[in-house]
Amino acid sequence: MYVAVKGGERAIDNAHAWLAEERRGDPAVPELGIAQIREQMALAVNRVMAEGSLYDPDLAALAIKQARGDLIEAVFLIRAYRTTLPRLAASNPVDTGAMAVDRRISATFKDLPGGQVLGPTFDYTHRLLDFTLMADGAPLTDAVPHTPVPSPRGRDGRGGETPRVPHVMGFLNRDGLIETALPDDTPPPDLTREPLELPADRALRLQALTRGDEGFVLSLAYSTQRGYGRTHAFVGELRIGIVAVEVDIPELGFAVEIGEIELTECETVNQFRGSRTEPPQFTRGYGLVMGQSERKAIAMSLVDRSLRWQELGEDFTGAPAQDEEFVLMHCDNIQATGFLEHIKLPHYVDFQAELELVRKLRAEAQAMQEAAE
Amino acid sequence: MTDTSPLDRKKWMATLAKASPARLATLFPKMPPHRILRQPEIGALMVRGRMGGTGAAFNLGEMTVTRASVQLETGEVGHAWVQGRDRQHALRAAAVDALLQTDRKADLIAAVLQPLEAEAQAGRAVRGAKAAATKVDFFTLMRGEDT
Amino acid sequence: MIADALTGGFTDAPLQSARAFREILEALARPGTIRQVSGARPPPPLSTAAGVVLLVLADPTTGVHLAGAADRPAVRDWIAFHLGAPLVRAEQADFAVGTWTALHPVTRFRIGRPDYPDRSATLIVECDRLVNHGPALTGPGIETATWLNLPETAAFRANHGLFPLGFDTVFTAGDRLSGLPRTTRVEKI
Repeated sequence: MYVAVKGGERAIDNAHAWLAEERRGDPAVPELGIAQIREQMALAVNRVMAEGSLYDPDLAALAIKQARGDLIEAVFLIRAYRTTLPRLAASNPVDTGAMAVDRRISATFKDLPGGQVLGPTFDYTHRLLDFTLMADGAPLTDAVPHTPVPSPRGRDGRGGETPRVPHVMGFLNRDGLIETALPDDTPPPDLTREPLELPADRALRLQALTRGDEGFVLSLAYSTQRGYGRTHAFVGELRIGIVAVEVDIPELGFAVEIGEIELTECETVNQFRGSRTEPPQFTRGYGLVMGQSERKAIAMSLVDRSLRWQELGEDFTGAPAQDEEFVLMHCDNIQATGFLEHIKLPHYVDFQAELELVRKLRAEAQAMQEAAE
Repeated sequence: MTDTSPLDRKKWMATLAKASPARLATLFPKMPPHRILRQPEIGALMVRGRMGGTGAAFNLGEMTVTRASVQLETGEVGHAWVQGRDRQHALRAAAVDALLQTDRKADLIAAVLQPLEAEAQAGRAVRGAKAAATKVDFFTLMRGEDT
Repeated sequence: MIADALTGGFTDAPLQSARAFREILEALARPGTIRQVSGARPPPPLSTAAGVVLLVLADPTTGVHLAGAADRPAVRDWIAFHLGAPLVRAEQADFAVGTWTALHPVTRFRIGRPDYPDRSATLIVECDRLVNHGPALTGPGIETATWLNLPETAAFRANHGLFPLGFDTVFTAGDRLSGLPRTTRVEKI
């Protein structure tokens, strides 16, 4: 039950003033700028953009600063800001085959055309704290050579237009060994516009997952690997890079590339024993996330595949990652934190009612005990 | 008005949209006399992806975008849709779009478009070279049972 | 695109659209009252008021249907530039614009579903004039009764009978508009 409470205005003002002071920390330490956060905390910025569902690195950096580094609070700020923007249009679907790749690896094919490109990865680091980062102004070690190396996208030798880097799935597709994904430009449903109705189709599930909480999606994906809705996934391809965003401009009657965003894409290859209508072949799970968000993209593709059990005629084993309602209703960390944290706010009337009830029950129990004696 | 093929325009509008607002302001500091048909408007663009990279469309999330339209005194109309929230960027891009339809086209190509395109290309080349420097070949080691 | 299509929108969108929204809200909250709006100069045959309603309420996510004489290239281009709204068939429309005759038969417009009665059409009916004279209107937002020169009564009586489903109507003439939501009872004449 909700009841309006009054008072405490001065206390609230003071609390907020103190919050601002604590946010700044020790004034002897230089203040962080938005550009510093954007450039040096890029992966936090990426996470806030992905879960805030708004690609704008400066705003995400501002949100992180304002939220004192609490990323879910920062996501909340971005979601709130987003609601103030008019929706001007929807883009044409981005072409990840034309991505300018910073990173592109396959766990299934070692000799993929175009090559394996590690990119700026944490993989193969030793996970030892690097104390040189603690020393102010320590020079960059081992800068990446700038000498032009034959670029994976510079096939034309001019480094001009980005040549296509073919998807690994295309190679399996040629042999009919994997399910096909045929283009379809029907405008997809949008859960930010229409309330989520179940059963949801795959487009809605992917939208919910890509803006879902990374920790939640990660844990669900992990649960499928440990046997709760086993889908036995291989990373067919993981790529990170820049894609152009193209929009049909109504006043011009043609489409224009209006910007570029960084995306992480993951495609998994999963075993499929076949069904009454389909021969045994590989099936796919898909992850696409804003920014460099590799863990999230892999997790998303595993959960996407797991949720497709019905479409592929597989058994429902009762695993959480197969349960569409469970996944979609709980993956949003803003919904979750809103409902969770509201219980710390005044509930005096509810609790008073509970108190009355427990007192009454105790009195009744005592009376019965005394009567029995 | 000079002849403008949609393909040219599509390309230059993309170049202007992807330019950094500060760089465009340096290359094109002075707005020509104009009237505004659409005040710079900041909004959201829903970005779509495709399932499996090639399949049916789905909504990935939004990005910020700013659009504006201007008309030169000579009548040419310029439009701009640019990523981000920079109103001046949108106005400048719209003005350049309009000027590129006039007899000043050649000047603007040399003064604005060519530098922007060259810089974008150089940026891509640097990043491409860095990526190429991390290219690996994995060797399968000989396994006992294969011998 | 016809150059005229690029003019005639709000010049100060935040203020003008907020003011116009208030007028449209008042018109629909107090059915039969006649309100004045400004700021739009749409191509003919659209009235200023119809242009304002479209600028304020329609956007790329709402389908607009142009009925009869309203469906001409200049209007289409104006809508493309200022609203970005897709042009759709009457049966899919969120907003439909035209004279009462052109909009007929109005039974083809969406009336919502029991679980989502809001998924219905709003008709923008272009009139020659608006006066508080004609069939009596009663219901929510009307203290006792009011009168409005409706083009007919049967269709609005039938629409009211569908409540909570049904379409909503905004009558426009020049720079004036008046609202007739599905909740209003229309006198039988």
